[in-house]
Amino acid sequence: METEKVIIVKDLTKSFGDFIGTNAITFDVHKGEIFGFLGANGAGKTTAMRMLCGLSRPSSGEASVAGYDVYKYPEEIKRNIGYMSQKFSLYEDLTVKENIRFYSGIYGLNKSQIHEKTSSLLDQLHLLNEKDSLVKSLPLGWKQKLAFSIAIVHNPAIVFLDEPTGGVDPITRREFWEMIYQASANGTTVFVTTHYMDEAEYCNRVSIMVDGKIEALDTPSNLKRYHNAKTMDDVFLILARKAQRQADQ
Amino acid sequence: MITVRVNNISKKYSQNKTEVLALDKISFDVNQGELFAVIGPDGAGKTSLFRILTSLILAEEGIATVDGFDVITQYKEIRKRIGYMPGKFSLYQDLTVEENLNFFASIFHTSIEENYDLIKDIYDQIAPFKDRRAGKLSGGMKQKLALSCALIHRPSILFLDEPTTGVDAISRKEFWEMLKRLKQQGITILVSTPYMDEASLCDRVALLQKGKILSIDTPENIMSQFKNKLWAIKSEEMYPLLLALRSNAFIEQSYPFGEYHHVLTNNEKELALFAQNYNAELKIVDPTIEDCFIALMQNHVNL
Amino acid sequence: MKQFLVFVRKEWYHILRDPKTLFILFGMPIVQITIFGFALTNEVKNAKIAILDPSKDFASTTLINRIDASKYFEVNDYLVSTKDLEKYFKEGKIKMAIIFPQHFNQSISHTNTAQIQIIADASDPNTATVLTNYASSIIQDWQNDLNKNRKLPYSIHAEVRMLYNPELKGAFNFVPGVMSMVLMLVSTLMTSIAIVREKELGMMEVLLVSPLKPITIILAKTIPYLLLSLVNIISILLLSVFALDLPIQGSIFLLIALSLLFTITSLSLGILISSITNSQQVAMLISLMGLFLPTLMLSGFMFPIENMPLPLQLISNLVPAKWYYFIVKAVMIKGLGIQSIWKESCILLSMTIFLLIISIKKYKVRLS
Repeated sequence: METEKVIIVKDLTKSFGDFIGTNAITFDVHKGEIFGFLGANGAGKTTAMRMLCGLSRPSSGEASVAGYDVYKYPEEIKRNIGYMSQKFSLYEDLTVKENIRFYSGIYGLNKSQIHEKTSSLLDQLHLLNEKDSLVKSLPLGWKQKLAFSIAIVHNPAIVFLDEPTGGVDPITRREFWEMIYQASANGTTVFVTTHYMDEAEYCNRVSIMVDGKIEALDTPSNLKRYHNAKTMDDVFLILARKAQRQADQ
Repeated sequence: MITVRVNNISKKYSQNKTEVLALDKISFDVNQGELFAVIGPDGAGKTSLFRILTSLILAEEGIATVDGFDVITQYKEIRKRIGYMPGKFSLYQDLTVEENLNFFASIFHTSIEENYDLIKDIYDQIAPFKDRRAGKLSGGMKQKLALSCALIHRPSILFLDEPTTGVDAISRKEFWEMLKRLKQQGITILVSTPYMDEASLCDRVALLQKGKILSIDTPENIMSQFKNKLWAIKSEEMYPLLLALRSNAFIEQSYPFGEYHHVLTNNEKELALFAQNYNAELKIVDPTIEDCFIALMQNHVNL
Repeated sequence: MKQFLVFVRKEWYHILRDPKTLFILFGMPIVQITIFGFALTNEVKNAKIAILDPSKDFASTTLINRIDASKYFEVNDYLVSTKDLEKYFKEGKIKMAIIFPQHFNQSISHTNTAQIQIIADASDPNTATVLTNYASSIIQDWQNDLNKNRKLPYSIHAEVRMLYNPELKGAFNFVPGVMSMVLMLVSTLMTSIAIVREKELGMMEVLLVSPLKPITIILAKTIPYLLLSLVNIISILLLSVFALDLPIQGSIFLLIALSLLFTITSLSLGILISSITNSQQVAMLISLMGLFLPTLMLSGFMFPIENMPLPLQLISNLVPAKWYYFIVKAVMIKGLGIQSIWKESCILLSMTIFLLIISIKKYKVRLS
């Protein structure tokens, strides 16, 4: 089945002096796919993701994100992606509504769109009663769901998620993954970086980075079968134990 | 022998002028030499519980003793005999590995040499970097150094608050192996974690949610208390499959679980038929701690 | 004891490994002394002046000699007519000119009055004001000396109101001021930040859950800053003696002892701030806004307390730096001994004891 590719990466390299952060990685991500991007601390995940988000310029290689070349159109890329991380995203001292309006505003939605989005998001997330509460008073799980909704408020082609579900209770966690599934069913590509392997099990395909290179790329079940492992955790341990590089920050 | 006793402990804190119960009448005991985990999501009350037991904060209600000493009146005794590793790895970033360890040894009136046998296993892995500043270590190495620092005075009880948060899978695995070896040395270990999959590595676990204990038992017993038959189902298109499952009355519950959706049904035949129609893979699976946690959470809501 | 020493050593590591702290600690006093020194002293030292003295009699000569002998003025030119005056000013040869009338001596002794004209280059108004004030003051002095020997006083009309700087020496004021500011900064700001940093890093939890006594933690955290303050006191004194030619008139030991007392006051304030704050930013803000500014404004260093409205005068009594500033001026400049400043020293001492008790009481053995 041939689907549209929204991320095309070929021999992408980023070096810092002698140190090669990301070493000639090559992969494609399809439209609507949930793509897991795994690796130990210091394996080069963050470096690679920064290049794909248009935040840092590659040393060599090619990459296009949402149809835009990372060298030529980093600004266009930023307009067409969403980003959410566990650590940062929402303003804790603004209300739910103010956060939605703010982010819709900076992503260039017009007034009526903002209005419409705000009410539909509040409705979907069952936050109507909480719309004027400060974000910091919400339970963590609600915050994360809200953060995700806001990250895709401008219907980006791709949304980057950095360890999205760490630390939330199992039920909220499932609700969160349902939201991700829904976004993916609507055609948004979901790019998840994490070092928690049970998050990886939810992805359509995962890549595992070791020492700046992609060591494996397949569906979780294929990877488990190939490495004769029971869980993604085991697969990861088999691959990542080969690492030579000392994880430095 | 009981090392840690928690009896009817409650802790409140105020947030936006409303009082929130961080811990709601918690009771449990931990036996000598046990590896005991408090498992729960962020905000469940794990850190409050650990801070009460390490005498850092006071509970509003209830009694807690550690090694036979009361956490309120005899806190000085407790502080002599416990090791504590708080959520963030507490290290001086601008001191070297060795300086950090030396510092902690001295404040506990001991030296690295005196208790080297206890930390040897762990410290050997970071010893090559002993002249490196702690701030320049990777997450996994910081974690090992923080553990060494907490162990350097040979505590009888070790409190580890979310030691595996933010470190990668390999470091996590190594960390649990270290804990197992420490347990063999007779140290009682209380550890908290938000990761359900770590439960199976412990002797007993307490599942904590919103300040209440959902269950305390060995991981095996908790899983065996899951009475229903649990099915896992998988097809090409997972989201439509989930929506379809939910539209059927014979499905009692369905939720995503990794590559599969986990399903509870009251009609196995219908489910088998459904799977056939959808060209989906269907199998019976053993429940995990996470499944049990979900079931327990729902029971508590219904209570 | 070993615990304590190890802790102190650790504090040294923190201080020595942070270039920013080091700069604030040692750069600060030097920078302040230099800035104040250049801004306030150099321009009024040995200012070149011209004299037009058509009378050339006993009175005018003694007065000119006295002006020339002062360290503020250096008589550069003797003019013969007022015509040259403008040229000299324009060429920047002189900053001020003093013009005597004809028959100066005669008019004093016969009419008891005389007039002297002082012309200053007001393109730099500050210097001009300072210079004319100095000159007027010297004239006043000279006149007073003359009057001592006479029943009927002379009156030379040089009525001068000293708006500021009555002692006519910049360094006299700012050295004690800089000393109180630097000590406040090093002791209060740095200690409060150093303690709060332990909280921010989560280290306080670990330290509390150890057999360490709170008093050990506090002492170990403050001792390094006490020593650093001592270094600062000495370096400021050395700078003022050798770079600013400001000798220490009184007992140097008394000065250092009382400076250490003030350092301890500031340290206790620092501990107090750290016990009520949880982040370095807040600690810094409180130290700067709550302590540094009052020190600057209400210690008498920038603005004379006598000229303040009464409520501010009363509030200024609560500022430890006010008392310290007074003490330093008395010992260093006036050369007074303990018998003249025991009252102020006692006030400072009781403030210190009070703050120390409160800050140790406030220090928590738990997190909340």
